[in-house]
Amino acid sequence: MSSMNDDKFPEVRETPSRFKNPIGKYRLHRTPDCTACGKCVEICRHGVHVAKRGMVLIKNAYRCMGPDCPDPCHKACPEKALSLKRNQDFDALGDFRWTADLLASNWHMAEFGRVPAAGLEYRTGNSGGGFDKLRMVLPKAEPGSAPETNHQEVDLSLDLNRRNDGAHRVRIRLPFYGGGMSYGSVSIHTILSRVRAAKALGTFCCTGEGGFPDELEPYSDHMITQVATGLFGVREETIQRVKIVEFKYAQGAKPGLGGHLLGDKVTPSVARMREAVVGYPLFSPFPFHSVYSVEDHKKHVDWIKAMNPKALVSVKVSTPTDVDMVAVGSYYAGAHIIHLDGSYGGTGAAPEIAKKNIAMPIEYAVPKVHRFLREEGVRDKITVIASGGLRTPHDIAKIIALGADGVCIGTADLVALECVRCHNCESGRGCARGIATTDPELEGQVDQDWGSQRIINMYLAWTKELTRLLKRLGMKSVQDLVGRTDCLIHLDYMKTKF
Amino acid sequence: MPAKYVIDTRPVPHRFEPVTKSGVIAWEEGCLKCAVCVKTRCIYNVYAHRGLHPRQMIDSIDNECMNCFRCIQSCPKELIHKSISPEFKELGDEYWSPNIIARLWYQAETGKIPVSGAGYPGPFSGAGFDSMWTDMSEIVRPTRDGIHGREYISTAVDIGRKPVCLSVDEEGRWRGEGIRIMDIPLPIIMKVPSFGSITDETVKGWGAAAERLGTLLALPKDRLGPEMNGLSRSLIPFLDDGMGRVGDLSGDFPFVECTATDSTPDLSAINRKIRRDAMMIVRLPLTKGIEERAMEQVKAGAFVLHIAGSMKGTYLDDDTLTLKEGILAVHRRLVDANLRERVTVLASGGLAMAEHVAKAMICGADAVYVDFPLLIALECRMCRRCTKGLPCPVSIEEAPRDWVALRTINLLGAWHNQLLEVMGAMGIRDARRIRGEVGRAMFFEDLDENTFGTLGELKEGYELE
Repeated sequence: MSSMNDDKFPEVRETPSRFKNPIGKYRLHRTPDCTACGKCVEICRHGVHVAKRGMVLIKNAYRCMGPDCPDPCHKACPEKALSLKRNQDFDALGDFRWTADLLASNWHMAEFGRVPAAGLEYRTGNSGGGFDKLRMVLPKAEPGSAPETNHQEVDLSLDLNRRNDGAHRVRIRLPFYGGGMSYGSVSIHTILSRVRAAKALGTFCCTGEGGFPDELEPYSDHMITQVATGLFGVREETIQRVKIVEFKYAQGAKPGLGGHLLGDKVTPSVARMREAVVGYPLFSPFPFHSVYSVEDHKKHVDWIKAMNPKALVSVKVSTPTDVDMVAVGSYYAGAHIIHLDGSYGGTGAAPEIAKKNIAMPIEYAVPKVHRFLREEGVRDKITVIASGGLRTPHDIAKIIALGADGVCIGTADLVALECVRCHNCESGRGCARGIATTDPELEGQVDQDWGSQRIINMYLAWTKELTRLLKRLGMKSVQDLVGRTDCLIHLDYMKTKF
Repeated sequence: MPAKYVIDTRPVPHRFEPVTKSGVIAWEEGCLKCAVCVKTRCIYNVYAHRGLHPRQMIDSIDNECMNCFRCIQSCPKELIHKSISPEFKELGDEYWSPNIIARLWYQAETGKIPVSGAGYPGPFSGAGFDSMWTDMSEIVRPTRDGIHGREYISTAVDIGRKPVCLSVDEEGRWRGEGIRIMDIPLPIIMKVPSFGSITDETVKGWGAAAERLGTLLALPKDRLGPEMNGLSRSLIPFLDDGMGRVGDLSGDFPFVECTATDSTPDLSAINRKIRRDAMMIVRLPLTKGIEERAMEQVKAGAFVLHIAGSMKGTYLDDDTLTLKEGILAVHRRLVDANLRERVTVLASGGLAMAEHVAKAMICGADAVYVDFPLLIALECRMCRRCTKGLPCPVSIEEAPRDWVALRTINLLGAWHNQLLEVMGAMGIRDARRIRGEVGRAMFFEDLDENTFGTLGELKEGYELE
């Protein structure tokens, strides 16, 4: 599918928040001493202040980078009428993994298509381990050199079919694609925003379990359809429509527990799609009741191949102690992609005990699988995709250096659509912000053009950042980074302290 | 198949407004009086439900708010804000953290397991049980019809004397000690906490809960009131004043417990006094060398051991070592000595969440004691004012026994369901089988060093990002 590579990436289009008051890290306060001299309007490069009808107002406080600002308005103000403080609302946001800084930086990327210049830590969170303790090791930058990054200079594309078995040759232009979020768990606008972004960027997006809504048919070449244990919405024609079919054996947020869509979310349209009854909860059992072994699993893969002989088969599993055996078994059963879903990610509702405790973090699972597949001599015959807690371009670079070929993204897409991670996706009518809901009134808050552009912008910022990292490593292709653990340092094991 | 063990739960409201993580601050000054105020558009109707708590005279808005930030982000004059509540941050301590307390309150109120969307928000790992993950099974399932199906997952465990073989004499009579076990349907023994604004009424409530749940309540002997007699089959009196002085202990207790001393426990003296054949639980304070002391007790005839850690889940003489290490050490030592099957190992100290039950068992405990969560179920804020003679902010001493019992049943009902989740994911349908199954868990200390230990060399001319 070389044609994908010839297309240009879409343009960044500034796409501001859909709320009147975007949340920033700092607040500026203007006292009545202001004489509207316009000094602040002149020196602020981020449009925080605007002059309007003889007055100067704070319009975009959320863009303020606070103490990191090279030309602070509050210091330059001749009347000392401006003061800076932290925004309390900001401190009420975020958690260890998605800190308020990470949320705000992804919002910044979704608005402007570039990483924040200063003021926000956009690379790591605060979980105290894994990604947040790993750092990229880069050759020291030449002083003064900060060349503008051009995406096209480094090849970020990824071949998903390495078996040479006559199935589709699928090459995605970015080393990531959209993870499964079902129709029912999120709104059709959210799905379409993600899918349209995937198409624009030459990658894929997964339907999740819950069928293939007709609205997605025009995007079939960029869709992965999921066959999960409940087999909701799985039909022969949807299998035949796509290039990639994903078997969901388990998911990282609730490994071994199956899925559960609460009755409130089973609206008439969801029920129709899933061939179920309105208002009744739907359980996806665990596991596939027809699979007890690698041989049974092969039967499954053959079933898909009988319906759609050219389809790539992806196998999504979570991360038990024997994840390496599961991966190798999937390869021998004929899978093209082994998708490892670590325990700390996920978008759907799950018991908190499962999210925290069951199965291992993705940072451990990927190197284990990478090593095992290599020892087995099949590492270059299967694509390893990682997911479950990847939030930033740096996380992507780190997991690739640990041995993945590419990654699958879920939560970050929702953050681009202004998810605040209130964790109430599952209750009542669903997401108050209209992202993870099928409530007709609430879902109307997300406009598809707005949503897809926000996701495109964020992905473009990520690709620029990945390109910058790879260039600094002197690599021509993201594939050169696979398994290069020498490009990583874990702070807890670092020998040279600074 | 025996009847399925189900814990009936139902909502039991709190008596006081709980402390919540963040508060809503809505200013009046500068309000434009918009035709459609953002407050009327709250999808949770927080502002409509808003009310003043009659007893505490506080606004209920913080408890109703679901943190969607819509009103904050939509008010044209930016008059609505959120901030982290200082009172919430002050709850408990670094171990009994505000989040743990809030989650226990939720479970005691609703009887439901905490469920949320959008991934795990917490730290990567931590001390003790936070440094291990339980396994899952990709294709094996424990039952044919799901973890809540008709074919059930058993959480029952046995406590008691389990000789490795039975012997009979020439006339076919049992020789030596036979099997004497009590099985409890939940691997959780309730235990009266070491502090709290606890009255006889509270203890009766817990006793009633223990009876209803089919489990046991461990309590200091001096907590045994006359009204507790009818519950004695559900009680474990703890003789903290030594074995000789049983005093007026009387009742049909399945077990009595006392702290290990240098001498062999003289169970028969106690049994003579209470005229019952109670089994002895030997309590071993968790200090360094616990495994050797456990061995000595077992060799001296003890068959139920209780490893008692600190209330923060650590060794009593070294807070860098945790209950996890203590249980593992005792379990492994007994396994090495070929004695593990004879002994029941119980553990206590800092069991604060349902996952701790499963993890303590995976490390080698047969069952656990749970203490402070029982108090937190009654809205305790772990402020420790009671230990200083100050009044309890949530008047636990006034809580009626039925409310105490129902809140406790809710909490343990939620824990039972979470145990089912963990066992279901592991593909194990009998709680006895997770004991000591360290191969079905993943440990930080093995994985982290193994994965990242070599990623440490920073060469000249390189920098970190």
